[in-house]
Amino acid sequence: MGAQTPVTPEKPEQGILPPRVREELNVLREKAKEDLEALKKPEKTQLFKSMFRVKHDESERSRALSVLTNVFFHLHPAKVNRDAVRYSYTWGMGGISFYLFIVLTFTGILLMFYYHPTKGQAYRDIIYLMSDVPFGKLLRNMHRWAAHLMVITVWLHMFRVFLTGSYKKPREFNWCVGVLLLVFTLLLSFTGYLLPDDQLGFWAVTVGTNMARATPLLGAEGPLGPQVGVTPYNDVHFALLGGSIVDSNALLRAYIWHCIAIPVILSILLAVHFWRVRKDGGISGPAPVQLESEMKPERKF
Amino acid sequence: MDWHQLWAILSAPDNIPIVAIAFLVPFYSWLAFRQARANDRLIAQLEADPQLAKTHHRKTYPWKPGWLKEVHTWPYLMRMEFLAALIVTVILTIWSITLNAPLEELSNPNLTMNPAKAPWYFLGLQEMLVYFDPWLAGVVFPTLIIVGLMAIPYIDANPLGSGYYTLKQRKWAIATFCFGFIVLWIVMVFIGTFLRGPGWVLFRFGRTWDPTYQPYAVNRDLPDIFHITSMTGKAIFGALVVGLYFLVMGYLLHRLITRKGFNRKIYERMSLIQYLVMQFFLITMIALPIKIAIRLLFNIKYVWITPWFNV
Ligand code: HEM
Repeated sequence: MGAQTPVTPEKPEQGILPPRVREELNVLREKAKEDLEALKKPEKTQLFKSMFRVKHDESERSRALSVLTNVFFHLHPAKVNRDAVRYSYTWGMGGISFYLFIVLTFTGILLMFYYHPTKGQAYRDIIYLMSDVPFGKLLRNMHRWAAHLMVITVWLHMFRVFLTGSYKKPREFNWCVGVLLLVFTLLLSFTGYLLPDDQLGFWAVTVGTNMARATPLLGAEGPLGPQVGVTPYNDVHFALLGGSIVDSNALLRAYIWHCIAIPVILSILLAVHFWRVRKDGGISGPAPVQLESEMKPERKF
Repeated sequence: MDWHQLWAILSAPDNIPIVAIAFLVPFYSWLAFRQARANDRLIAQLEADPQLAKTHHRKTYPWKPGWLKEVHTWPYLMRMEFLAALIVTVILTIWSITLNAPLEELSNPNLTMNPAKAPWYFLGLQEMLVYFDPWLAGVVFPTLIIVGLMAIPYIDANPLGSGYYTLKQRKWAIATFCFGFIVLWIVMVFIGTFLRGPGWVLFRFGRTWDPTYQPYAVNRDLPDIFHITSMTGKAIFGALVVGLYFLVMGYLLHRLITRKGFNRKIYERMSLIQYLVMQFFLITMIALPIKIAIRLLFNIKYVWITPWFNV
């Protein structure tokens, strides 16, 4: 630390700068050298230590801590079943679904900057997005295809959870949380369909919400609906659309469900889902196979 | 064969996910099947050799004494996750650059789209609309699907096959789920996408979607065939037929379930409520293809007619 003894210039009178200034500059130069030297070991800097808190070397302890002390990574346990990291077991479909949800949130927020949920304006916004906004087309495409893909990956995830019997004790409840996640994933996609306000979305949502009219007891055209005083102006169909046809109120409702309510619900359910994966003992397998001959008699209460 | 029509359907950007499913579902089924077969062989080997069962590590993966049971999340799991995210990002980016999300004309309530299709993942339910009234296809079935899925862990009394792929130890469960997921859901999505043209008419694969084509069909109701004309008569008759179906199908399933050794053991572990709930869902699921068949073969529209609802 600090300046070394300044080298005595042989011809001090030749410099332009007065010796005192030159001495100070030397001190600065030494400091700069030290800083450059420190850059070779970024993990020793105060900045790095303040951010990551632990050493990142290959010791047991550091590897565990790097997961446990990070708010994003600590969804994971420090260690996992050695065979569970094989792709063939989980197919990675839960993780990919979650990643797609993040992609959708990110692209969705960007899309919201260019979109007004009002009749007339909404359709123009999409045209404008595709023709004038830089990367607007890419943004819209990515949001659309990620949404489709997420539906597929959630189905495949459910398929794999079923085929590995991962819903069995003690994971029954998390399976139910998963079913709700599936439902809200589909609803999320469905409410997004209407937002461009084009023919495709309009008729898909008209067909879809028409079913609500037929709800038993709660729909104007459903069994026992008229008998209990339900009309087209007070049934569930009306509540969903904010009117008796798909119009500006329906657009606003779809928008709020799509951009606020369902993402919030989904996020909460995801938090529960991940929490339960951990609390139920981590990923179910690959577990040692059980034998029929060793099946224990059932415990009755 | 109208290749042009076929290509128009296959290449519609919104149908790409369905084309993808046509590859993904068989691929992952195969992946699961392969592991299930390997595990089943191991199970058979261990069942035959109790001495080996005591010492074997009981997985089909390589194993050496002294290997740790667990590995660190960082880096072993997280590098896989990172890789998966990277691959998905690349696929998604290429897909988004090459294919544009469709945008139709401005919505117009006076100009009906023909066919007006629900989003592809709901086409199974829309397909059911052909065979059932909207309150069933649009409200009751979705509710039953959700409740039924949630009931699975609580009615499956088989403790085996938790945490590994197997077919032999879970024949019934897997057959039932595949029937529901693949036959009643995925196949219906395919029918809705590829075979349902204008007017929701069924077109053979590769046939031209002619909007003026209307197949000739006169649907009848089951009571009509038996010349039952009074409203009360129809209601009672339908209730009898549906009730009889539940009883007969329930009995047949019961015979099947309690017949063989292993199934019988599982049956004995079930409580009455578990068993009845399982029976209800099985009988209801099987009713769908039966209703489809009697419509397609005999043009029967309703089985049970009442002043309030028809089935
Ligand atoms: C938005 C949708 C979903 C997301 C993001 C999600 C995410 C995840 C993740 C990351 C895991 C860890 C293991 C893995 O990747 O396979 C997991 C496990 C699990 N998921 Fe999901 N999931 C979703 C939907 C579902 C659905 C629809 C079900 C079932 C109906 C389900 C049931 C389960 C169960 C039971 C586990 C524990 C599996 C085990 O221990 O092997 N999840 N989920």
